[in-house]
Amino acid sequence: MDAVSCTVRIASPLRSYTLGATSVTADGATLREILANLDQRFPGIRFRMVDEQDRIRPHMRLFVNTSEAKGLSESVGAGDTVHVICALSGG
Amino acid sequence: MASTLWISTRKGAFALRADAARKIWKLAGPHFLGHIVHHIVQDARDPRVLLMAAKTGHLGPTVFRSVDRGRTWCEASQPPAFRMAAAGEEARAVQRVFWLTPGHASESGTWYAGTSPAGLFRSEDGGERWDPVAGFNDHPMRSKWVTFGTPDGEFLHSILIDPRDPKHLYIAVSIGGIFESTDGGVDWMPLNEGVAADFLPDPAVPFGHDPHCVALHPLKPDRLYHQNHCGLYRLDRPERHWVRVGRAMPKSIGDIGFPIVLHPIDPDTAWVFPMDGRTVWPRTAIGGKPAVYRTHDAGKTWRRLDRGLPSSQAWFTVLRQAMCTDQCSRIGLYFGTTGGDVWASTNAGERWSCIARHLPEIYAVTHAV
Repeated sequence: MDAVSCTVRIASPLRSYTLGATSVTADGATLREILANLDQRFPGIRFRMVDEQDRIRPHMRLFVNTSEAKGLSESVGAGDTVHVICALSGG
Repeated sequence: MASTLWISTRKGAFALRADAARKIWKLAGPHFLGHIVHHIVQDARDPRVLLMAAKTGHLGPTVFRSVDRGRTWCEASQPPAFRMAAAGEEARAVQRVFWLTPGHASESGTWYAGTSPAGLFRSEDGGERWDPVAGFNDHPMRSKWVTFGTPDGEFLHSILIDPRDPKHLYIAVSIGGIFESTDGGVDWMPLNEGVAADFLPDPAVPFGHDPHCVALHPLKPDRLYHQNHCGLYRLDRPERHWVRVGRAMPKSIGDIGFPIVLHPIDPDTAWVFPMDGRTVWPRTAIGGKPAVYRTHDAGKTWRRLDRGLPSSQAWFTVLRQAMCTDQCSRIGLYFGTTGGDVWASTNAGERWSCIARHLPEIYAVTHAV
């Protein structure tokens, strides 16, 4: 698959990595590639979302447009929006 | 000597700085508000350096590093992480970095980290990049040693380095037991003889114990103390059989708790904070009357120290990393509570005063100069 450019919406807990940006662009044809591209530009951001076994962390959700991704092999198309969402309950 | 206490809490980090007399304490922070901070440790080899183990409710675990005594912090470029699992292997992921220990005095820049699930990690560049210590993490016996995990995952803590030999290490796993390496972490052996494991079907097992906190005396490194889920122990190497010195505690108090803190100079003196380990394990101050207990004779006798502490209806406890001494000539002793208060004594526990209130739940209190 050819790399495409998409928009990534950044949840507030991760904006310390993007210098406060709520939305950034990233290149890649899959979520794995998108996150690798993001990590090159914003070092450390990927490991806060994805563990060392390439599993999305329990309190993170990744959506491609309106569909929740179950893994990093999910395809991303040109012009898609990847949403990084944090899911936490309790005080 | 200037004193700073670093307070690690469930919602961020704080610093308490004292005047020369240690009478006035000023609270600074929060740093990293909203982060779950498990441990902040100063590097005695270079006191400008501090490492912090942190995560948030959402985000994965990491380590932050300061080279200016905590004014600014940078994240490790390669935080502790297990290696990628091969097909069919258990795929372990670090859930929290729980414990930090600077390496041996001769190994500048070396640090160790303990995690949950139980993993041992080492950095050789001051905490910037961390690698798994395969000798423990991939030990053929590891899955048996730490088989009895709690739902939150077992913790690796109390990483101790013999000041005479950088290759002589101790670690503790709660639940798993105490382990010793004499070859720099290449191989490990259980060191749990004499320790009770009342919760197991066979209490005489060689591993599977629940050490809450282990301490080695820096000036007498053959002496170790150990607060366990099932008692309070001392070990004088080369012996391998722990002696239950908690038998000398009052029966009404028992010998269950989380922390044990050693006098920096006197190897016969130690302090503990007993908690209620009866019935459903309330894990509170016993009877709502918090007290520190001190031995001056290596655990043969213990004395209650509660002057200044609440005399009733105080139901906090003190977690394993939340009690420490300073290095002043009149030893200061400090603890932080699960209720968010910090207590100080500048006379070795004889009298206590509260120096900070209303912080989040306190996980660790460490002293820095």
